[in-house]
Amino acid sequence: MKTLRWSIPLAIFAILVAFLWVGLSRDPREVPSPLVGKPAPEFALAKLHAPNETLTPGDLKGKVWLLNVWASWCVSCRVEHPLLVELAKADIVPVYGLDYKDEPDAGRAWLAQHGNPYTDSIVDRDGRVGIDYGVYGVPETFLIDKAGIVRYKQIGPLTPEALKQKILPLVRELQR
Amino acid sequence: MIPELGNFALILALLVAIAQSTLPLAGAAYGEPRLMALAQPAARAQFLLVVIAFACLAAAFVGNDFSVLNVATNSNSELPLHYRFAATWGSHEGSLLLWTLMLAGWTFAVTLFSRNLPPVLLARVIAVMGWVSVGFLLFLLFTSNPFERLVPPAPEGRDLNPLLQDPGMVIHPPMLYMGYVGFSVAFAFAIAALLGGRLDATWARWSRPWTTVAWAFLTIGIALGSGWAYYTLGWGGWWFWDPVENASFMPWLTGTALIHSLAVTEKRGAFKSWTVLLAILAFSLSLLGTFLVRSGVLTSVHAFATDPARGVFILAFLALVVGGSLTLFAWRAGKVGLGGIFGVVSRESTLLANNILLIVAMASVLLGTLYPLFLDALNLGKISVGPPYFDAVFYPLLAPAVFLMGVGPMARWSKASLPDLWTRLRWALAVAVVAAVILPMILGRWSPLIAAGLFLALWVIVSSMVSLRTRLAGSHRRGLIAKLAAISPSYYGMLLAHLGVAVFIVGVTLVKGYESEQDVRLDVGQSIEVGGNAFKFLGVAPGPGPNYRTLTGTFEVRKGGRLIETLKPEKRIYNASGQAMTIAAIDIGLLGDRYVSLGEPLAPDAIDGAWGVRIYLKPFIDWIWAGAFLMALGGFVAVCDRRYRLAIRHSAAIGSAAGAGAPAD
Repeated sequence: MKTLRWSIPLAIFAILVAFLWVGLSRDPREVPSPLVGKPAPEFALAKLHAPNETLTPGDLKGKVWLLNVWASWCVSCRVEHPLLVELAKADIVPVYGLDYKDEPDAGRAWLAQHGNPYTDSIVDRDGRVGIDYGVYGVPETFLIDKAGIVRYKQIGPLTPEALKQKILPLVRELQR
Repeated sequence: MIPELGNFALILALLVAIAQSTLPLAGAAYGEPRLMALAQPAARAQFLLVVIAFACLAAAFVGNDFSVLNVATNSNSELPLHYRFAATWGSHEGSLLLWTLMLAGWTFAVTLFSRNLPPVLLARVIAVMGWVSVGFLLFLLFTSNPFERLVPPAPEGRDLNPLLQDPGMVIHPPMLYMGYVGFSVAFAFAIAALLGGRLDATWARWSRPWTTVAWAFLTIGIALGSGWAYYTLGWGGWWFWDPVENASFMPWLTGTALIHSLAVTEKRGAFKSWTVLLAILAFSLSLLGTFLVRSGVLTSVHAFATDPARGVFILAFLALVVGGSLTLFAWRAGKVGLGGIFGVVSRESTLLANNILLIVAMASVLLGTLYPLFLDALNLGKISVGPPYFDAVFYPLLAPAVFLMGVGPMARWSKASLPDLWTRLRWALAVAVVAAVILPMILGRWSPLIAAGLFLALWVIVSSMVSLRTRLAGSHRRGLIAKLAAISPSYYGMLLAHLGVAVFIVGVTLVKGYESEQDVRLDVGQSIEVGGNAFKFLGVAPGPGPNYRTLTGTFEVRKGGRLIETLKPEKRIYNASGQAMTIAAIDIGLLGDRYVSLGEPLAPDAIDGAWGVRIYLKPFIDWIWAGAFLMALGGFVAVCDRRYRLAIRHSAAIGSAAGAGAPAD
């Protein structure tokens, strides 16, 4: 009994090691963005289809909108793209595209081929806005509210589940 | 040639470490003095070899030897000399070599300062440190060799991470590692005591100065890291509850508990097995921290290159060292005994309560840090635990601990009386409460949290003064100076460290309560008012740096129309990596900082166009670091106590009288 008491630290440690062992084989990079709850970082970028016009988050104040980070070179973007096109048809929430580290020509061609779900796309050619948004994998999607606060971040392709269970309910709530 | 010498020195160091970790132990077990006597020369030889290896790596960095992979990936010929030297420990491999160097250095220090320890104990202590060293040397040589060659050599290096090109980064890792690794001495003493089955007041007295010095270094290391984050990350924050920060904070909390528990074991012979457990924990958490940082199981702002093979190695090492020690603890702690008994109200009980609060706080940090990993491992989803959790858990736990800091030094050992404590402390309590209620009104905004924070700080300060006065009143010397001089350095050390905590709390409370921040778009010539200061943006100008190009913004700060400061925040682009760095401009003041950092250019023309700008007012923020340095200073003052030197001489007398038989060095 007495030895048992002295073994408690050892037992706790054994459990800890087991978890660390499992943890080693996991990818910890998939964590929510620290941006959630913070104002969407400022930018002023040229529009993909109207290079002489710029768009800033300030222009969208008062609207709930999605910012979808995409690129013509991005393979997983093709996975989520049909979902975005469908979302755009439903006209629930405007989707803005951030064409990340991409050639504008390639971007335009890609949209022409796969359909353009974006109200507007802007071009982040050297990826500096992407750094501000903490983009580390394309695609990523941010939900931004009327006051310009980031409310949700989807890392990787949008899935029907994420859209139905998280994003759309949140959009409805924020639009109220 | 030089890198090969370094590699060879590391291999030799490993062989010596193996001898150092086995032969003296065998000597201690079989009572063979000649084997025990090997401990010291082996430890010294190992230190010399690791110094040679480190010097070789430093030479490769300073001399731009891009045929060494580590140098080619972490340095650049444009890098200024002092950063090339600091780049030696800027990489994963280099920082592990620094760790090993520190460990060998601490072992060397043990051979220097503990010459009069009983030979059996000394042999065991040095052997245990040898084991840890073997582990790290194996890790270096097999998974993270800093001397690996690159064939053909790179024409130019990839450059040191710009975040690390900073004076704070030059000294932060060595200080932090001094602390981390310093706990290995207390750990080795604890294991040696468990092996020998003897754990008494003298053991505690030997462990105390080592623990205190390690703790003081760790305090400085953490404070430097926090200060570095404040001025280089450009967010104006000083603590992020980031896994890597937590990894350094957990050993600190445990070390703080250990220092106090050791005091009880030394003075009263109580808490023996608890103290041993804490000594094991403090170092285990240092190792765990290394695992968390180096294995990549958790994400953090400290994005180090990670490698699963390294993770597996460190985990196995961790399991071996910590699992082995805790098994030894489970087996032997019962024999060591619990030690003296004490009353419900006594200095022991306040220190025990403090210890428990600190350890629960440490456990809550550990839980918060590892919770995402636990959930992920159980397939319950990916989450991140942020500041809200830590704030909610941490403050309620530490508040009573800080309150007890005022009571503990006033309580008598063994048995104190509550009415007596009340009589002695009621005025201190009254002063602290009244001042804490009134001060926030003067400062501008009253909130319960600000009042509570100020109360704790004032309580620590006033009760420390009462404690000092009681000491002086009890002194038989004549005259204030003589009385002050008669008080031991260890008491002054405690006082300083406790005042450091109070200063720290003032900083945290006031910066949290009164900081203001603005995240704005400013055109050239435009002004913005933040907290009574007008910040006028005069534009940006390009300029060259030694290994970067910079855009320097100029801001005039006026208060009541009078120019008080011109601030020049920078945006740097490093030539070699193309990485951008934000250098905030900070006007540092005793009562608060004015902090400006450049965001992004918001117009196509970066020179004449508008910029996103962050402006912060951070009242009393520097008190946070001042408090931490006071704590560390307290630690250094405390170890100057004559008692520790006398203890060594005294124990030497006992040792030779008992005829231990081994030649004392």
